[in-house]
Amino acid sequence: MSALSDTAAPPIAVKIVISGGFGVGKTTFVGAISEIEPLVTEAELTERSIGVDDTSAVSGKTTTTVALDFGRITLDDTLLLYLFGTPGQDRFAFLWDDLVDGALGAVVLVDTRRVEDSFPAIDYFEENEIPFIVAVNRFDGGQRFGLAEVRDALGVDATVPIVECDARQRESVKDVLAALTEEVLTRRLGASGPGAVARREQGPTSPASRRHP
Amino acid sequence: MTDDKWPHAGHRPRYDEDPVVRPFMLTGGRTRPVHDGLRIETQLVAAPAALSAPLRFESRRIVELCQRSKSLADLSAALMAPLGVVRVIVGDLLTEGYLRIEEQPDQLSTSLIERIRDRVRAL
Ligand SMILES: Nc1nc2c(ncn2[C@@H]2O[C@H](COP(=O)(O)OP(=O)(O)O)[C@@H](O)[C@H]2O)c(=O)[nH]1
Ligand SMILES: [Mg+2]
Repeated sequence: MSALSDTAAPPIAVKIVISGGFGVGKTTFVGAISEIEPLVTEAELTERSIGVDDTSAVSGKTTTTVALDFGRITLDDTLLLYLFGTPGQDRFAFLWDDLVDGALGAVVLVDTRRVEDSFPAIDYFEENEIPFIVAVNRFDGGQRFGLAEVRDALGVDATVPIVECDARQRESVKDVLAALTEEVLTRRLGASGPGAVARREQGPTSPASRRHP
Repeated sequence: MTDDKWPHAGHRPRYDEDPVVRPFMLTGGRTRPVHDGLRIETQLVAAPAALSAPLRFESRRIVELCQRSKSLADLSAALMAPLGVVRVIVGDLLTEGYLRIEEQPDQLSTSLIERIRDRVRAL
């Protein structure tokens, strides 16, 4: 890996957020492709409730400390890709504003045995209009749902790509990241096209249909 | 993780012993970021003069590391310190002019996104 030259143009840093419930494979995913040992650093994030009925007794904000998986990929001399894996397993999604601000996009990892664990992340990215794709990890012993069934269970728009993934395999992780960048590009190019309008008119299929347990 | 690829993974630092006390010791109780536009991935570079400045401990180390641009995430990992702590120290160094933020494009252009996609495919 060539070091960044002192005289080269300043590097552009882009980031992708990897999210999903506890044990879904975030750390594994980041570690499979990072050029540095995946590091866990600590971040203070502010929680807020999203996608939750007002019957909840909890309101306002609290600050929580979470472990953050951090990986880095040098794409070329002036392009750095950072990966941040962050939890979000309960019905209070972390307020990832700090982390997600300026992100290229996000990957939501899903374990078909516990699809609801990914709801907070999906809610968050939908509400904040962050381009994201869903990557379904195949765990041994998990029932093999078709991707259409997973889409139904998640209540995500038909335009959101859903792919299969093995977070332990570098090639698979690479394919997921490539699919995300393709989605980012599609959304960028289609931002003023008919597809985007249809999507907006259709409105979010979620919080109504996505029942939080 | 204990697989072969990261034999030292078990030695990763843990901060859950005293997550509150340590940041306060290093930053005098301040936990608020003071610089807008300072994201976790933002590239930071040290001013040449910063190396001879009377800086100590983490500040000195950050200035050394930032002879080549580094992000808050990189610094947090290198210093084995929580992100919030590093952010406060970096904020001071920015205010004092020892560090500066590398300009980044406001919005990623379509051609840049294409470049990212192509590079990721080629990984
Ligand atoms: N079968 C299978 N196991 C996985 C996959 N990704 C992660 N695992 C395993 O699931 C466990 C939890 O993964 P981890 O990355 O720690 O989850 P995290 O809590 O989201 O960071 C580990 O034992 C991994 O080896 C996958 O894609 N397929
Ligand atoms: Mg983890």
